[in-house]
Amino acid sequence: MQRMRLIRLAVAGASATLLLAVACRPVQDASPRYGKAAGAAVAEEKGAPKAASKAAPKADTGVAGKAGAPIAKVAATTAALYPVAPPPFSDGVFPCSQCHSPGDKVNRTPHPVEFHEDIVLHHDEKNRWCLDCHDAQNRDKLHLADGRLIDFTESYRLCGQCHGPTLRNWKAGEHGKRTGSWSGTKQYLLCASCHSPHSPHFKPLQPKRPPLRQEAIK
Amino acid sequence: MIDNSAPMPVPAPPATGQTRREAIILGLFALAGAALTSGCSSDKADLDEYLQKHFKDLSGDELKKVLARMEKKYSEQYGKPVTVSATPPLEGVLFGYALDLSRCIGCRRCVYGCVEENNQSRNPQTHWITVLEMDKEEGVNLENSNAYYDHETVPAPGKFYMPVACQHCENPPCVKVCPVGATWKEKDGIVVIDYNWCIGCRNCIAACPYGARRFNWGTPHIPADELNPVTEYLGNRPRQRGVVEKCSWCIQRTRKGLYPKCVEVCPVGARKFGNLLDPDSEIRYIIENKRVYILKEELNTQPKFFYYYGL
Repeated sequence: MQRMRLIRLAVAGASATLLLAVACRPVQDASPRYGKAAGAAVAEEKGAPKAASKAAPKADTGVAGKAGAPIAKVAATTAALYPVAPPPFSDGVFPCSQCHSPGDKVNRTPHPVEFHEDIVLHHDEKNRWCLDCHDAQNRDKLHLADGRLIDFTESYRLCGQCHGPTLRNWKAGEHGKRTGSWSGTKQYLLCASCHSPHSPHFKPLQPKRPPLRQEAIK
Repeated sequence: MIDNSAPMPVPAPPATGQTRREAIILGLFALAGAALTSGCSSDKADLDEYLQKHFKDLSGDELKKVLARMEKKYSEQYGKPVTVSATPPLEGVLFGYALDLSRCIGCRRCVYGCVEENNQSRNPQTHWITVLEMDKEEGVNLENSNAYYDHETVPAPGKFYMPVACQHCENPPCVKVCPVGATWKEKDGIVVIDYNWCIGCRNCIAACPYGARRFNWGTPHIPADELNPVTEYLGNRPRQRGVVEKCSWCIQRTRKGLYPKCVEVCPVGARKFGNLLDPDSEIRYIIENKRVYILKEELNTQPKFFYYYGL
């Protein structure tokens, strides 16, 4: 009898948690107002089956359990929401697996890298280095802070971990350049298209020639 | 005060205008006859052009004829097919523009992108966009601005940049002062000019508080290979000497759903454009979430061009 009661209690508790989790979700998703943003949050989860089995303690993993879509599919969805230009790789460097293979022994302590001498890190270099963004095992991918792998075409998710408000404005169309149609399909650019991820400050440009002075116009 | 929300009265009141026009027609009959007998067909086109009605008074058929006449004229003049269309404003659209002063680096890509897209005269030089350089320390002070800066690279230290073009006012002073109604505000908010009705009096230039209008003092010259052949009657078709022109928010692009050229060429993404009536547009996001301001607010011109600091 006592045991039955306990089980019943446990079941009730669990369903309450689930309900709560589902109820909380919309808060995270609540930005669909400015278009497209809706799907982005959905894309955040997935993957890690261990998270799904943890009976939904937080809104984050709540829905992931039943969706359980493979990462590739999720990536495709986000890509459709934000049609970005291809990542600006230097010539011939991608795919990185041409040189790096998954079995390589990796020294995970930050150290100078001799081969990529053209890359100078000016991006919080005191606290960060290559493997904070690049994945050590799968070099053709980047990884988020929690270890989930993402494609280079989705790198804005990685940037948005630190630059949250900028990502929000980028999604809304305020930050960054848009081309295409003001009423229809807009072409987005990746963060990396304008800001080199290794030294993100926008580089000065040579201005076009000044207008003629009035007295010079004949 | 003239109510400018209503369409401008076209200066062709039935009694006086008609008689004047008739007089001109009669007077020119002799001339036309002479021209026709001498076998010169271009004079016929010139005469049609001279006798052309105001854009808003043209019937569908008349408009078609006018556009065809212009296409023929420009195609012959530039030696390549040129199209002239008269796209009507889109329903439920009021255009708005925003420019992020914290991002603009003063590279003038927009100035020359606009020149090429909108067939501005290369010689004598005409620019619709003026990029002003000002001191960061001083802030926005148009009197101490410099449009002629010439640096190796921009942005120059301690400076910021403010591009200025037509502000497409909701209450446009230029429209108020035009004595012939050659400039007016369209339903989608774009202030346009009928170059064939403009008499070149330049009252609008004096009235515009933003210095956005340009006068063709000389015959505009555009190299044929640089001419943009996709043109609009109220926008980027080639102009003649003696008329006023200005930014039309790339009417030939925006009425087809495209971004204006300046938005497309801006390397820093400082320029934003969209429909003010669409709550999901980026322009609305900016107005609702950023602190925007307009130039010379105290004049009650109500520009639809918003400046803001995005960073």
